[in-house]
Amino acid sequence: MAKKKIRIRAKMKDGVAEVKALMSHAMETGLRKNKKTGKKIPAHFIQDVTCTHKGNNVLVASWGPAISKNPYLSFKFKGAAKGDAVKISWSDNKGGKASAEAKIG
Amino acid sequence: MKKLLLIATAIGVLGATPLVSQASPEADLKAFRGYYMERFPNVALEDFSDGVYAIDKNSRDNWEAIEEFPPYEIAIETGEDMFNTPFKNGKTYASCFRNGGIGIKGDFPYFDTDKGKVVTLEQAINNCRTKNGEKPLKYKKGKMTAIGAYMAFTSRGNIINVKIPNDKRARAAYEDGKKFYYTRRGQLNMSCAHCHIDNAGNYVRSNILGPSLGHPSHWPAYRAKWGAMGTLQRRFTGCNKQVRAKPFKAQGTEYSNLEYFLTYMSNGTPWNGPGVRM
Repeated sequence: MAKKKIRIRAKMKDGVAEVKALMSHAMETGLRKNKKTGKKIPAHFIQDVTCTHKGNNVLVASWGPAISKNPYLSFKFKGAAKGDAVKISWSDNKGGKASAEAKIG
Repeated sequence: MKKLLLIATAIGVLGATPLVSQASPEADLKAFRGYYMERFPNVALEDFSDGVYAIDKNSRDNWEAIEEFPPYEIAIETGEDMFNTPFKNGKTYASCFRNGGIGIKGDFPYFDTDKGKVVTLEQAINNCRTKNGEKPLKYKKGKMTAIGAYMAFTSRGNIINVKIPNDKRARAAYEDGKKFYYTRRGQLNMSCAHCHIDNAGNYVRSNILGPSLGHPSHWPAYRAKWGAMGTLQRRFTGCNKQVRAKPFKAQGTEYSNLEYFLTYMSNGTPWNGPGVRM
């Protein structure tokens, strides 16, 4: 079982959909130095995050190196119902991508 | 008279008032537990495994929120992968442990009468690796915490039940750990007891000091300060540095005996690792 790149959970709470996601990503700032070689470790971080619901963007985020390693994202949005699907995707500065879906519980 | 002299000497030597200058580990445990039950009367014994989150509502709310999607999940998954991947010689970790290595965190630490020392789970993991031709893992962070997280996870709910065998060396290891706990050290000249007994529930800067009762239950843990997982002995290192004492080597005699003493003092509380902490 390989490491999942995004873990996503969503549930309805007081009429609002609450989405939580834990993403596996190094989020290297590009400023850290390799202790052995002294060279800078190249920047590798998530740049764009999108969450969609029924074809609509419910969250669009532009991230940078200030976001922590293995970012945890949590947000709420209206207009969803139990059983609907939400999809979250990210792309990073090296062209890496990942996405995951969950049903709102 | 002799006992009075012994206690007086103990207090003189150790600095902090030992709760446990009693005659036996069982009596020590009773006194230790009794102190915390009295200091925190609204906390049930089994809830002490939640540490600070059992004694402060605000922290607990934050903790419950993060537990809905805990950062240690990644470590558990990685650890499970590692646990199930065979070594180069074809054997797996399961072959080194009772019950195939599942639900056995409570078997550690224990006093190994053959080796004549305390053996912790981390040491056992490395013993397993070296026995099967693999390189040992570092003891404080990284892969060791991943496999430790998985093994802790499968043991959740079991009750801490460290035994001290009827062996002079085992008793000596326990007493050594106890002495470490109550000894002042570092530029700040403080012992573990000063913070975690005398000041349990009080603030040190912006953190609340947790009671030692229940401390070993939730390791390895994801600490927000580290932004990563760490073992219990990684925390010992940090604590010693925080009183500006030179830390001891992870999995050396000092910290292993301390872990032995501390885990025994938490007998009766549940294993609930891996955990999330500040």
